[in-house]
Amino acid sequence: MAENVWILGITMTKFGKHADKDLVDLASLAAMGALSDAGVTMGEMGIMAAGNLLGSPGIGQAIQKQVGQTGIPVYNVSNACATGATALRTVVMAIKAGECDMGIAVGVEKLSGAGLLAGGSSKGDGKVWEPKGRYGAVAPTDGRVGTDTMPGTFAQIGMEYGHKYGGADFELFARISEKNHGHSVLNPLAAYSKRFTLEEIMGDMMIAYPNTRPMCSANCDGAAAAVLVSESKLRTLSLEQQRRAVKVAASVLTTDPFEEACQILPDVNTLTRNAAKQAYEAAGVGPEDLDLVELHDCFATAELVHYDNLMLCEVGGAVDFFNSGAPFRDGKMPVNVSGGLQSKGHPISATGIANVWEVCHHLRGEAGDRQIEGAKVGLAHVIGLGSACGVHVLEKSSL
Amino acid sequence: MTETAAPAQVPLVDYLVLGADPHLIANECTSCGARFFDRRNACAACFKSEFKSVAIATAGSVRAYTIVAFAAPGVPVPFAAATIDCGGTSVRANIVNTPIDPQHITLGMSVQLTTFPIGADENGTEAIGFGFEPA
Repeated sequence: MAENVWILGITMTKFGKHADKDLVDLASLAAMGALSDAGVTMGEMGIMAAGNLLGSPGIGQAIQKQVGQTGIPVYNVSNACATGATALRTVVMAIKAGECDMGIAVGVEKLSGAGLLAGGSSKGDGKVWEPKGRYGAVAPTDGRVGTDTMPGTFAQIGMEYGHKYGGADFELFARISEKNHGHSVLNPLAAYSKRFTLEEIMGDMMIAYPNTRPMCSANCDGAAAAVLVSESKLRTLSLEQQRRAVKVAASVLTTDPFEEACQILPDVNTLTRNAAKQAYEAAGVGPEDLDLVELHDCFATAELVHYDNLMLCEVGGAVDFFNSGAPFRDGKMPVNVSGGLQSKGHPISATGIANVWEVCHHLRGEAGDRQIEGAKVGLAHVIGLGSACGVHVLEKSSL
Repeated sequence: MTETAAPAQVPLVDYLVLGADPHLIANECTSCGARFFDRRNACAACFKSEFKSVAIATAGSVRAYTIVAFAAPGVPVPFAAATIDCGGTSVRANIVNTPIDPQHITLGMSVQLTTFPIGADENGTEAIGFGFEPA
């Protein structure tokens, strides 16, 4: 039986614009923050995993040159929006494998001012029709054969759920966004901490019906990092370190198994449900045991389907679950009390560690004004198209 | 025998078959029946590697849609992007020949395949695209 892995230190930078810091500065800020929070140094790290999508290759080595070069292995990972979770899990696996007893995971992205991250540019038609690519297309197909954009893709994912089970309309999706923006006013690290009225959300610029601009995740800069430790090593550390440590009760990564239709509209449901099932089984908890959930609300339409995929409600019951008030911070299953990606922001590779930080913050009782009282177990979920899904179940220390 | 030939036509994508009865085709796994619009080295569902070409139903229903209002420069908006269930095979396409708003495009609505020219290249060859219109 591989031994348990714990989070010893974890941090996220403020999400937003960091014009005065380059990518490596921002990542280093998070890495040094996590080490400081853990009460350890780079000298004790046995592995680093680093995630970044849009910068230069080799971010891990670049970070080491700023925070400590000790010759340990670096795994530079890339897994779309699940990159941060993949970095975290890489370190978890190394510790479980017994290769080292401590390691650090870092995720960083600079995205301020970025527009559409997919389907954001079109090459235009060529002078001569010539078949290219795996579909033999003679001209760009984005906009001619559906959409390549993320807001449009996730809009369809939400609409598909509405078609299957009913009750999901423009207003319902907008109310999900209203909830998350409402939560964000208590989060000083969020890119946007502004409450919006339902009318403001529905009346804002339409991006891809039914997602208006505030219903889309915010492109911004940010980094997050975590120091992980084996349980046997943790038991040799100070009582204060043991008390603040958070147990990684489950660390799961899945990809999308083949389903009819996944070739034309990504299936974000099956791999999330699979990851959740594996995570609950590994952690020995059920959804009813969770005190809070940070899930991947890259768009308001996505949050709805993940209530169901993470089994926070009965199959087909996501609309009723939302209408019951459960996912509000004073409800029975608070979801995205950080404000979610729609307001906290979504610096892609940082997201899968930052959501774990949010849960840890509550489990440690350090979340200040937005503390979910008595939180003992929480879940963090991310999904990257292509697809990859990361689910981590975290437990408050009983050491 | 000089005759003015009709302009040559090419399909926008190679899984669109033109002619008197335009339709879409897919590569169907001969082992498990999974269908793919692109070529696959092996079946993503069962790993076998034999495929045959099959015609996709031209009538279907809208399983999901979005109205894209913000896209890359050069992509005309708004347009309705949809997932169409064509007799059990899901197809990605635009909904066309109807006003682009949620009053006219509804989940579950019946649609049928249609084709239309999207332009001519410098040789005068027409590219033909496809979409689905209300049935």
